[in-house]
Amino acid sequence: MSVLLDYGWSVVLIPLVLSVPVAVFGRALGRFMPVLAIFGPLWVLVYGIYALADDSAASSRAGSVEWLTVADAGGLSVGWAVDGLTAVMLVVVGVVAALVVMFSAGYMAGEQGLPRYYAALCLFTAAMSMLVVADGLLGLFIGWELVGACSYLLIGFWFTRPAAAKAAVKAFLTTRVGDVGLLLALALLWREVGDLSYAAVFAAAPALPASVVTAASLLLLVGAIGKSAQFPLQIWLPDAMEGPTPVSALIHAATMVAAGVFLIARAWPLFSLSSDALAVTLAVGGITAIGAAAAALVQTDIKRVLAYSTISQLGFMFAALGAGAWGAAMFHLVTHAAFKALLFLGSGSVIHESGSQELGQMGGLLRKMPITGVTWLIGAGALAGLPPLSGFFSKDEVLHDVAGVAPAWAAVLFGASLLTAFYIARTTRLAFFDSYRGSVHPHEGAWNMRVPLIILAAFAATLGFAATFLANSIGAHHGALDLAVAVGSTALALVGLAAGWIVAGRAHHDLAQTRWPGLVALMRSGWGADAFVERVVLTPVNATSRVLYSGADRRVIDAFVEGTASAARRMGRGLASLQSGDTQWYATMLGAGAVALLALVSYVGRGL
Amino acid sequence: MSLLVVTVGLFSLGMYGALTRRDLVAILASIEVMLGSATLLLVGLAAAGTPVGPSEGAVEATGVMVIVLAAAEAAIGLALVISVARRFKTTRIDELAEVKG
Repeated sequence: MSVLLDYGWSVVLIPLVLSVPVAVFGRALGRFMPVLAIFGPLWVLVYGIYALADDSAASSRAGSVEWLTVADAGGLSVGWAVDGLTAVMLVVVGVVAALVVMFSAGYMAGEQGLPRYYAALCLFTAAMSMLVVADGLLGLFIGWELVGACSYLLIGFWFTRPAAAKAAVKAFLTTRVGDVGLLLALALLWREVGDLSYAAVFAAAPALPASVVTAASLLLLVGAIGKSAQFPLQIWLPDAMEGPTPVSALIHAATMVAAGVFLIARAWPLFSLSSDALAVTLAVGGITAIGAAAAALVQTDIKRVLAYSTISQLGFMFAALGAGAWGAAMFHLVTHAAFKALLFLGSGSVIHESGSQELGQMGGLLRKMPITGVTWLIGAGALAGLPPLSGFFSKDEVLHDVAGVAPAWAAVLFGASLLTAFYIARTTRLAFFDSYRGSVHPHEGAWNMRVPLIILAAFAATLGFAATFLANSIGAHHGALDLAVAVGSTALALVGLAAGWIVAGRAHHDLAQTRWPGLVALMRSGWGADAFVERVVLTPVNATSRVLYSGADRRVIDAFVEGTASAARRMGRGLASLQSGDTQWYATMLGAGAVALLALVSYVGRGL
Repeated sequence: MSLLVVTVGLFSLGMYGALTRRDLVAILASIEVMLGSATLLLVGLAAAGTPVGPSEGAVEATGVMVIVLAAAEAAIGLALVISVARRFKTTRIDELAEVKG
C-alpha cells in the first residue's frame, strides 16, 4: 500500500501529462477521447481510496517530499503531503471528475472543440489535486490559480457566445479579487514565519501576535470568499452557468467552489486562533446561505436555481466553519459534492433532452426520463434534508454545531433550510411533474449519461452513514445526531417542500407572471448584486479609467512618446532643408564655419 | 601690414566670386584668384624675411607648390567643366544641382 502512497505527486502529474495527448491527438481519437481522459480522474480516485484506506487512524502522514525548490532562502518550496483530509478531497475530486468525464461523453457528443474540453478537464483535475495535496500554502496557491484558469477556460468553452465569454471573464476577475487576499495572506505569513509549509505555519501560529493571526485569517477568508462565491463576491457563480453543464457539476458545484471551505479547514490550526475571523466567517456564511436561497426561489432557469443553491449550501459550510465545526463543514462539503453534482448532471440530462434550460419549457419529465427523474428526486431530497438521505445528516450536524455557538445564526440557517426545501420542491415540480410544456420529445439519455446519475444517486443517498468514518479520517469531532435539530429541520423541510410544491402547481403557466413583480425581479437578479457592483465598482472604475486614459495616458505619456518622435521628425525636416543640393550654399556654410572657428580660436587664444 | 590687407582683400574677392557666380568657369577663375592670393601672401612673407618656416627657403617652396597645385586644379577643373557641358548642355551650377534634401 504505502509504496503507492509514496508517489503522491502522481495525482498531479498524471492528469497533467494526460492532458497533452488528449489535446494533441484528441481529434484522431474521436469517441475514445473521453476514455483516455478519464484515466486522470481515475488515478486520483484510486490514489485517494488507497490513502483513505491506509489512513483510517487519521494519522497524518508526516514527512513530505520536496519536489521543486523555488528558492531555498527561507524554504520557499512546493511539496506534497497526504493525510486524511487530503485523501477525502482526492476521493471527492476523483469520483466527480471521472463521472463528469463519463457524462460528458454523452452530453458533449458532436460538439466542436472537444480536445480542448477534455484537455481542460484533465488540467483541472491536475490543478485541483495540486491544490489538495500541496504541503503548504504556496503549492495550494498554485493549484488555486490553475483551477481558476481552468474554470475560465471551461465557462468560456462556447466562446463564440458573447454571454459565455463575458461570464468567463467575470468569473475570472471576481475570483481574482479574492485571490489578491489569499496572496496577501501568503505574503504576511511569509514575512512573519519565513516558511509557507503548513507544518511551519501551524507550529509558529500560536506564538504569532493576535493581530497578525487575525489579519492572516481574514485574508485567507477573503480568498475563500472569492473562490466559494460567498457574499459579497458571489456574483460570478450564477453567470458561470454559461459553461457546459457537466463543467458546472464538476467545477461550480462539487470541487473548485468548495476549495474555499477546504482552504479554511486545511488552515484550521491557524484560522481557529482568531475568534474575529470565525465571527466574520459565520456572518458571511449565514448571510450567503439565506440570501442565495431566497434568490433561488424565483429563478426560471434550472441551472441558475442550482447555482444559487450551491452558493447557499456553501454558505452553510462557511457558517459551520465560523461556528468552529470544520468537521461538519467538510462532511457537508462531501455530501453536497455528491448530491449537487447529481442535481447538476440531472439538469444536464434534462437540458440535453428538452433543449432548454427554462423551467417553463419542462414539466412531466419524470415519466419521459424515469432514471433522470428518480435520481433527481434522490438528489433533491438530500438537498432538502430529508432523512435518511446524506444531506439530512450533514446539514443537521451543521445546524446543531451552529446552534451551540450562535443561536441567532442557527435560526437564519433554519430559515435557509426552509427556503432550500421550498425552491427545490418548486423546481422539481416544474421540471418533472404535471404535463410537459415544451415542444420536443425528450426521452432518457445514453447509458454514459445514466450511469453517472445512478452512481451519484447511490452516494447522495448513503453518504450520511459514512459520517463517523469521515470524521475519523480527517481527525475531526463528530457529534451524535441531535434529535431536536433532526426533528425540527425535517419538519421545516416538509413544510418547505409542501409550500414549494403548491406554489409551483399554481404558477406553472407563466413563470414570469407574479403578484409582486418588483420583489421577484429583485430576487431573481440575486438581490440586485450585479447592478450594485455595476454602480459601485464598474462605473467609477470605468470613469476613472477614462479620465486616466484621456488625461494621464493620452496627454502625458503618449504625448511624451509621440512628442519625441515628432520632435525628431521636425528637426530632421528642418535640417534637411539646409541640404538643398546647392554647392555654393555648402561652400558658404563651409566658409562661415571656418571664419567662426577662426574667430573662436583667436578669441580663446587671446583669453589664454 | 599692407601685404595682409592686399592678400586678404584678394582672397575675399575670390571667395565672393566663387560663392556668388553661377557659371562653373567663373567659379574656377574665382578659385584661381583665391589661390593667387595665398601664393602672394607666402611670397610676400618670404620677401619680408619673416621666419615662418622650419628652414631657409621652405616658404618659397610652398609658394611654388601652390602655383603647381593651382595649375593642376585649373586643368582638371576645366576638363570637368567641358565634360559637364557636353553631358548637361549647361555650365550653370544652379541648374546642375541634382541632390536635394
